[in-house]
Amino acid sequence: MKKMSRRVGIGLSALALSISASLAQAADTIKVGVLHSLSGTMAISETTLKDTVLMLVDEQNKKGGLLGKKLEAVVVDPASNWPLFAEKARELLEKDKVDVVFGCWTSVSRKSVLPVFEELNGLLFYPVQYEGEESSKNVFYTGAAPNQQAVPAVDYLMNELGVKRWVLAGTDYVYPRTTNKILEAYLKSKGVKQEDIMINYTPFGHSDWQSIVSDIKKFGSAGKKTAVVSTINGDANVPFYKELGNQGISAEDIPVVAFSVGEEELSGLDTKPLVGHLAAWNYFMSVDAEANDEFIDSWKTFIKDKKRVTNDPMEAHFIGFNMWAEAVKKAGTTDPDVVGQAIVGVTVPNLSGGYATMMPNHHITKPVLIGEIQEDGQFETVWRTSGAVMGDAWSDYLPGSKDLTADWTLPLSCGNYNVKTGKCSGQNY
Amino acid sequence: MRRLSLLFSSSSRLSFARLGCALLMICMWMLGSGAQAEPADARLEPILTQLKTAGFAEKEQLVSKLSEIDDPQVAPILSALLEGDLQYAKKGEGEVVILRYANDLYSAQNALTGEVTEDVEKRAFKKISVNNSLRQLLRASLAALQLRAPDVNVRLEAARNMMKSDDASNIPLLQRALEKEQDASVQELLSVDLAMLQARYGETTQSRVAAIEQLQGELYVEVRSLLRSFLNTNGQGEFLEPDPAVRQAAQEALDAIESLVAFNKGVENVYFGVSLGAVLLLAAVGLAITFGVMGVINMAHGEMIMLGAYTTYVIQQWMPNHIEYSLFVAIPAAFLVSGLAGVVIERGVIRFLYGRPLETLLATFGISLCLQQLVRTVFGSLNQSVITPVWMSGSIEINGALSLTYNRLYIIIFSILVLLALAALLRKTQFGLQMRAVTQNRPMASSMGIRTGWLDALTFGLGSGIAGIAGVALSQLTNVGPNLGQSYIIDSFMVVVFGGVGNLMGTFVGAMSLGVANKLMEPFAGAVLAKILVLVFIILFIQKYPRGMFALKGRAVEG
Repeated sequence: MKKMSRRVGIGLSALALSISASLAQAADTIKVGVLHSLSGTMAISETTLKDTVLMLVDEQNKKGGLLGKKLEAVVVDPASNWPLFAEKARELLEKDKVDVVFGCWTSVSRKSVLPVFEELNGLLFYPVQYEGEESSKNVFYTGAAPNQQAVPAVDYLMNELGVKRWVLAGTDYVYPRTTNKILEAYLKSKGVKQEDIMINYTPFGHSDWQSIVSDIKKFGSAGKKTAVVSTINGDANVPFYKELGNQGISAEDIPVVAFSVGEEELSGLDTKPLVGHLAAWNYFMSVDAEANDEFIDSWKTFIKDKKRVTNDPMEAHFIGFNMWAEAVKKAGTTDPDVVGQAIVGVTVPNLSGGYATMMPNHHITKPVLIGEIQEDGQFETVWRTSGAVMGDAWSDYLPGSKDLTADWTLPLSCGNYNVKTGKCSGQNY
Repeated sequence: MRRLSLLFSSSSRLSFARLGCALLMICMWMLGSGAQAEPADARLEPILTQLKTAGFAEKEQLVSKLSEIDDPQVAPILSALLEGDLQYAKKGEGEVVILRYANDLYSAQNALTGEVTEDVEKRAFKKISVNNSLRQLLRASLAALQLRAPDVNVRLEAARNMMKSDDASNIPLLQRALEKEQDASVQELLSVDLAMLQARYGETTQSRVAAIEQLQGELYVEVRSLLRSFLNTNGQGEFLEPDPAVRQAAQEALDAIESLVAFNKGVENVYFGVSLGAVLLLAAVGLAITFGVMGVINMAHGEMIMLGAYTTYVIQQWMPNHIEYSLFVAIPAAFLVSGLAGVVIERGVIRFLYGRPLETLLATFGISLCLQQLVRTVFGSLNQSVITPVWMSGSIEINGALSLTYNRLYIIIFSILVLLALAALLRKTQFGLQMRAVTQNRPMASSMGIRTGWLDALTFGLGSGIAGIAGVALSQLTNVGPNLGQSYIIDSFMVVVFGGVGNLMGTFVGAMSLGVANKLMEPFAGAVLAKILVLVFIILFIQKYPRGMFALKGRAVEG
């Protein structure tokens, strides 16, 4: 009962905050837009990110704000509805006149708001790992590009675990399809044959995994070490892992490495049958670093719940927010054009004891961590890259984008410059 | 044939044995702690000390060394390491302990001396971590130690686990175990283990071929995997196995196994289909009453399922120490919660809208959104974790290639029980009689003295209550979150319309045929396309037979 009233309390205070935020039109504040779904399918993941931004704004204000002004968060709810994302983005930029927006989770929502940000010249910080093949002047990608998550994970399986046969399983939408295309090309470049790759797509929220898991089991009985590379998104993971456990496939037989399963997703799961399965991220809550301990403490205090966990996209927002704040200080203004130029090269601490730098292609440097799921729902890091990896907007393994590069610094200022033809193909990607 | 039935008995005993095995391990530890008179082997201490700081590669060497020591302490230490219970104190001398949890208290047993300290702080200890390859090694080492265990179920489990071992040094161990073994099913497994190792490491071609021939007809995944590994080629197209005679024997054995596997795969697909059908049936049978019998297009049906699932969650929160029984409490509770919600909705909203299907649809859709938001406000937008009781996890292994998962098996049985109970209620009770009378001819039933208003409320409550029960079952299969209901509402309508409105038998046949059709298509077409094909089929079917498979006949339907 206590827990319930606390939750209600949080809900009410968030509501009050958004109301007061939209009422207050004082010109002496810097406005930070928050564009995360608070209802619908994605609410499970995105609500946490909204709270993270509120916490970061709150902390910045305690430090005296920015440029002598207080920060003010403007929260809107695009309700997991992709066209509504574009509408809400327009509302934030035109009506509320926010200086920066933190938001989006799925790639389809990002694709939906992108034209709005380019038309109205806003700044968007996008905190989730994604499929790459995009670079916009107005978007900063603080999540991992495929070469910062998927490719190193496959390398780990191939070199450390000796995996020879691959199942690429994903939810049927743009991120898994593009990532699997890149991975397939990468595996083939490493000499893996077509018959050793099995690709499988399932709809959003798929819950009946019996046949697929049984197929994976059969595919794995060919006398070669087999692994599953999972880009299965959100809810569908729970029944997938349950079915794996029930059909007796353990992590020792066929390990599953997931790109979308983090601490938050595991907290709604009985993790006992999952112990040993893998995930590749750029941050784990269990990382042993002082900055991380501090972040976890302040998060738990802010959210007033000791059981809440932190995850990778939260770290991405933490980095993105601090980068933006640094850039604003450096530029002395919040004008998007000036901040957009000033932020390139800005370096801030990340939560795993290192530093993140904003690259000219609007991606950041990140370490890659591979973790094994533990019984308590946390990850134990079993491998990490020696240094930070630079995010690559255009994959080196796809024929169409091999020759493309992104550089938003002057004088080039182009998101898809073709190094072979020497031409910038403009904004048509 | 006798051989097959033997296999059946041994394998199903194996899976039942798991629980017993875990219990026995605990007993073994306890015995170990009691009978700790003589001092532990001197080699133990340095290894334990090194384990604390070693990397994963070093740990593998240490575990190998540990498993060579002949000491009663070794088995409990290895299994504690496997389970993550082997920990060391962060402060003081940093002694290595086996941490145990019972009755809300942690107790630490010193791994060397066997001394037990009660009521310790969990945070004072740090876990000695393991990774996948270590776990594999540990399982194999433990299996080798447990081959001599007194309990037959432990030996059975150990012999099954030995199949994963590819260590030639286990051959003499297995031979000795096989000589002493009295139990037929353990013997059977042990000889498979032995044949697998001899097929790989046999000294002469003849002995290897003989071993492979012995493996013919064994359906275990490990056996198939081994045989196929003989036929794999390297990057240059050369065979990894140089001996052509061995390759040929492996090919022959594999061909014989493959046809058996294909048959089992077919059986498995039908099982998957029936289990999907059972889920559809559970979700739809409540709707068959509210939509089928009463004609209310109830878009909030999915939310009734969700309420049932959340009830399961709440019940589990209330009885954390009796999770095993929680489902039996949750079933009536979910029926009451969803049923009451249904009665309130009927009395509060739907009764004003009878005969106006469009308004009913909009109103119930609005109710479904309200209920979702209510749940989101009370429980939060995150999914809640509903624990699966031990008796519902795992699978019963019919043979090496066919195993039936327990959770699905129970749900198939449960859905049929629910259907039978409902049919009995409709056919054999006063309430059922009145209900059928009202559906067939409302004014007539009313003039015979049936209070149609209350009957409507109760019927709607019954349909909703059954949806709640479906929620209990679904909580074991999928996520318990505010959106749970949405994923089942379309499927439920599909089943009811396909099976024929107002007919329980139709709902049953409809659910089963859709489930099986979906699962039989899935291996060829993929999950996405299979679903589309089923939908297309239903559209065509409804064109031809607008009233579904089992259409109600008579004047009532015309009115």
